[in-house]
Amino acid sequence: MATLVLPFEKPVVELLERVQELEAAALGEPTLAPELAALRVETEKVARELFATLSPIQKVQLSRHANRPYTLDYIGRFVDQWIELKGDRRFAEDESIVAGLGRFDGRSVVIVGHQKGRGTKDNVKRNFGMPNPEGYRKAIRLFEMADRFGLPILTFIDTPGAYPGIGAEERGQSEAIGASIAAMARARVPIIASVIGEGGSGGALALGVANRVLVLELGCYSVISPEGCAAILWKDGTRAEEAAEQLKLTSADLLRLGVVDAIVDEPPGGAHQDHDAAAAKLCAAIRLALAELAPLDGAALVDDRYRRFRRIGSFVEG
Amino acid sequence: MAWPDKTPPDANEKRTLGKGVFRKCDGCGVTIPADDMVRNFEVCPRCEQHHKLGSEGWQLLLCDDGILDEWDEGLAPTDPLGFSDGRPYLERIQTSQKKSGVREGIQVGRAHLEGRPFAYGCFNFGFMGGSMGSVVGEKITRLFERGAAERLPVVLLQASGGARMQEGILSLMQMAKSVAALERFRATRLPFVSCLLHPTTGGVAASFAFLGDVNVAESKALIGFAGPRVIESTIRQKLPRGFQRAEFLLEHGMVDMVCSRLEMKSRIAVVLGHLCA
Repeated sequence: MATLVLPFEKPVVELLERVQELEAAALGEPTLAPELAALRVETEKVARELFATLSPIQKVQLSRHANRPYTLDYIGRFVDQWIELKGDRRFAEDESIVAGLGRFDGRSVVIVGHQKGRGTKDNVKRNFGMPNPEGYRKAIRLFEMADRFGLPILTFIDTPGAYPGIGAEERGQSEAIGASIAAMARARVPIIASVIGEGGSGGALALGVANRVLVLELGCYSVISPEGCAAILWKDGTRAEEAAEQLKLTSADLLRLGVVDAIVDEPPGGAHQDHDAAAAKLCAAIRLALAELAPLDGAALVDDRYRRFRRIGSFVEG
Repeated sequence: MAWPDKTPPDANEKRTLGKGVFRKCDGCGVTIPADDMVRNFEVCPRCEQHHKLGSEGWQLLLCDDGILDEWDEGLAPTDPLGFSDGRPYLERIQTSQKKSGVREGIQVGRAHLEGRPFAYGCFNFGFMGGSMGSVVGEKITRLFERGAAERLPVVLLQASGGARMQEGILSLMQMAKSVAALERFRATRLPFVSCLLHPTTGGVAASFAFLGDVNVAESKALIGFAGPRVIESTIRQKLPRGFQRAEFLLEHGMVDMVCSRLEMKSRIAVVLGHLCA
């Protein structure tokens, strides 16, 4: 995997590289163990300190980091017997959303997630994680299947947004997103959504109507991208930094606003530095969320989801 | 024949005379008595060009005798994000309230349509572009909940740029909240007629707008997920003529009918007649 380092994460990345070197050396030289342990502690401390001071736009950049684990990276790490199911049965297969069946924690589940690509060729194939209506219609097909077979649904959110194109409009992008939200709202099974990277507007929400919504520490979720917001407010897309602050889109903001139910810690330096560790943490959080929902039957799950979204909003009644 | 000698009228006098008495149609350019335009719900009697119609006009057009028993009119926005684009959000709200004469982006309530009681909702595009923040989301949610409780069909008129940026992620969540309420409403087997007016885009288009049992689009209305400028800058090419207009959506199977504002009430009455037990 090609490494890409953002300027502000350099100190942590350098320490992580030293840890790796020392790990390799320590294999044949047990006396290095205390030094390795100390360096690990130091790295974790520096990473925590640095990440505590990141600005919202820096977190947005990390949420889009090219080395960040994507949906299939997580599936590969904590889902067994994965079988991908393709196509919307109406028009096309949309590879910016992956969907299928797998076993999570010993039980069969339906999984639907946005999928970005690695490298130009792969990204073109995945349309940079921006679904067309077909992606959402495939998702709806699987949500309905989950409902019929009583299978829990796990979704993974990571998209700049639904694709704004001519074909997307011709084939009903709006209807597809609205219908996906509706299909999730009525499914009589547990749904856990995880924001693993970028949660871009309606294109993200279309996979986000869950009983529990988790967000990775560096994940973001917003009504509009900071660039888009700046372009509208100030006719100047370069003022994204200001817009990111105004939009309150970081994981801590989302928890405070009641939009997500829990933040999932990332390994030192972020999920992109250690996919295995990130997957282990996310897996544990999903397991916990599913366990909480275990006592609820189908109707109670629909009610629980209704109440969860019903209370979101801020207004006064005069 | 020589042109008659004309003394140009005093500029001030001309403006006073023109304003409120005559209006120039945006479509055919013909000057028409303003009263005729208002009586015709802002539709040009000559060329049928639809001009902007405020929420008062819509109420008059759709509700019998223009009477609406308004619900939840006291709901007012707050500033949950502390949002400022140079001017604080609450200040923008006040300005918009003064300018538009309405309190928020939507008006809802109970009315009658050709004698049949129904739950009515109408976006106020004049108020911050009819954008959906917490108040709009809450009022739509309550509209579906109350419609179900009182066994009323719901007719919702949309004119909105989408989710309200100034309430950030909370605006996005209103899409989920309102659609979940619509799903519950559906289970009661009451009809939902969705009217897509000019313009219906973004988060409003991508939530309940296309989920009507019947979708009615206003003639020539701009309707779509992404705004035309966003699409143009993404694909870097000019959009075809008529793209995202109501007629384009009809052609692509996204709405049941496109009709003139003046036919809307009678069409909806027929639909409700068929679908209401």
